[in-house]
Amino acid sequence: MTNPDFERFHGTPSYIADESLQADVNAAAALRRPLLVKGEPGTGKTLLAHAVAEGLGMPLLTWHIKSTSKATEGLYTYDVVQRLNDSRFGGGDTADIRSYIKDGVLGQAFRSDDEVVVLIDEIDKADLEFPNDLLRELDEMAFHIYEVDETVRAVHRPIVIITSNAEKELPDAFLRRCVFHYITFPEPELMERIVRVHYPDLDRKLLKATLDRFYEVRDVNGLRKKPSTSELIDWIYVLTRSGVSPKEVQRALPFMGTLVKQEQDQDTLQRGGARPGRGWR
Amino acid sequence: MFLEMFIDLRRRGVPASLTELLTFHEALSLGLVNDLDSLYSVARATLVKSESHYDSFDQTFAQVFRGIETPIEVHDALRDWLKNPKAFAGLSPEAIQQLTGLTMEELRKRFEEMLKEQKERHDGGSRYIGTGGRSPFGSGGYHPSGVRVGGGGGRSAVQVAEDRRYRNYRTDVALEVRQFKVALKGLRKLAREGEEELDLDDTIDETCKNAGDIELMFRQARKNNVRLLLLMDAGGSMAPYAQLVSRLFTAAHESSHFKEFEYFYFHNCIYGTVYKDIYNRDRVPTERLIAKYPPETKVILVGDACMAPWELTAAGGAIYYYENNRTPGIEWLARIRSHFTHRVWLNPEPVNYWNHPTIRAIAQVFPMFPLTVDGLEEAIRKLKVKR
Repeated sequence: MTNPDFERFHGTPSYIADESLQADVNAAAALRRPLLVKGEPGTGKTLLAHAVAEGLGMPLLTWHIKSTSKATEGLYTYDVVQRLNDSRFGGGDTADIRSYIKDGVLGQAFRSDDEVVVLIDEIDKADLEFPNDLLRELDEMAFHIYEVDETVRAVHRPIVIITSNAEKELPDAFLRRCVFHYITFPEPELMERIVRVHYPDLDRKLLKATLDRFYEVRDVNGLRKKPSTSELIDWIYVLTRSGVSPKEVQRALPFMGTLVKQEQDQDTLQRGGARPGRGWR
Repeated sequence: MFLEMFIDLRRRGVPASLTELLTFHEALSLGLVNDLDSLYSVARATLVKSESHYDSFDQTFAQVFRGIETPIEVHDALRDWLKNPKAFAGLSPEAIQQLTGLTMEELRKRFEEMLKEQKERHDGGSRYIGTGGRSPFGSGGYHPSGVRVGGGGGRSAVQVAEDRRYRNYRTDVALEVRQFKVALKGLRKLAREGEEELDLDDTIDETCKNAGDIELMFRQARKNNVRLLLLMDAGGSMAPYAQLVSRLFTAAHESSHFKEFEYFYFHNCIYGTVYKDIYNRDRVPTERLIAKYPPETKVILVGDACMAPWELTAAGGAIYYYENNRTPGIEWLARIRSHFTHRVWLNPEPVNYWNHPTIRAIAQVFPMFPLTVDGLEEAIRKLKVKR
């Protein structure tokens, strides 16, 4: 039953994916269902889409969701205001409705002759009903343009990667149609490989010292926002540029501001962590 | 076997549907699964859609694919005794004597106590349940009469599942500020009363009526219309839950979408006054509170509801001398209930401690929910409907 065709994504030289993430990406790609990725902020959810596109050699189309985003914007937009304006003040061909209809990100992906990767970034930022409005379109990979009575059907079903920060719950009907992966925070061994990708020449001692300190900080009780991978990468950059020695990293916490960004968290760290209290019987 | 897994998942409350089972079968027929590891990964990706259910999935997987009992659940965790204790260099004879001295009954008791205390995965050490170390509980460690929980060594998929690394993502335990915030977002009732914005549909309609001459129409943006009143117990017995309650408070405070958010403190029970600060300096008569806030204000009371019965039911029963209440606490609670139409009580005590006389009495006055993410969500659903 093994099908080697499907084991296509193995991470890229600059993006290390653990085995279960690779398996889930490949499963989503083979099933042609959207892959929903959740995880702590800064664990590389958005970068995953870039890595998949790079690893599979496909172009990437991104759709960044904002709180005002509407589902139809990803399919197509009909610029009524421009047409009204043109009809009132002249300019443009107001008789041809098609010149006012523009493809959205999904529209472009469906029409593309090549296989593409579509990133729908931070879907939870949008209105609660947003994912529901995309159900049929993602299911059938087709949509209808009512203004010109035309159906756009995907030439190739694109690989859709959706990220969410869990600010809002996603509807069940939407979840049922997705393949789901939760990116866990990397273990120290994996983290070492990730850091090595970014800083191949990093001094071994400094790497060990920073990683030790980093996981210590994450373990401190009572932090509101634990530092994540991207913050570690920034921190190491600052440390190497300033030439801090491994010993100093062990003794103090230089450039704490790159790791921990909330004032209360910095206080907590300086006090050596909040006391666990007796709150957990 | 896969059906068994599916049914067991549903039994554990994972909302896996037939659609998802079919997707999983599609994945099997596509040849995506060729060993236990890929089975684990593909089954989880297709059947489970929330990290809060990863833990349940791990339990199911471990159970179905190895036929082992579910590890670390009190009712069946005491299943396997360490059979072949190796000599452990670091232990003195006295320590061994001490360890072997425990009877089965004591072990079981301590095990259950520790499960309550322990929140995270633990390796090494001599106290908590985990791998390595000299605690009587856990696996791969040393204790002559210890309780072994789950298997150890190697990294097969079943063993990864046995690790239950996702226990911390469960939503039936209390978690972070952010999750409280997400739950509080459920308390939204949008009304058009904000700033003006362009109403495109109306503009087009009016422009058409106006024979193509552009007529701009505006309407008011939508705004949240909900007032929230948070009443928190700051009494001594609440000290263990201070961090938890402060997270809820932070979440409510930082949620900018309420029309009005106010909070007050009380001690053990609400009497004639509530306080604006935990030091009881800034007093507000409870009557004024009731008069000031309209009945449709959503009220969340937070407290352990644990007190001596007379504190609740007797006039002058308050244990704090400055209260000197002529009306019993339960009467004040009833007044709050009859004024406000939407109110819930959140209790940080674990549900299995709720069989306490005053907790039962207060739960009859207010709908009571545990102060966990799931509990808060349920409470919010309750807050949306009257009474």
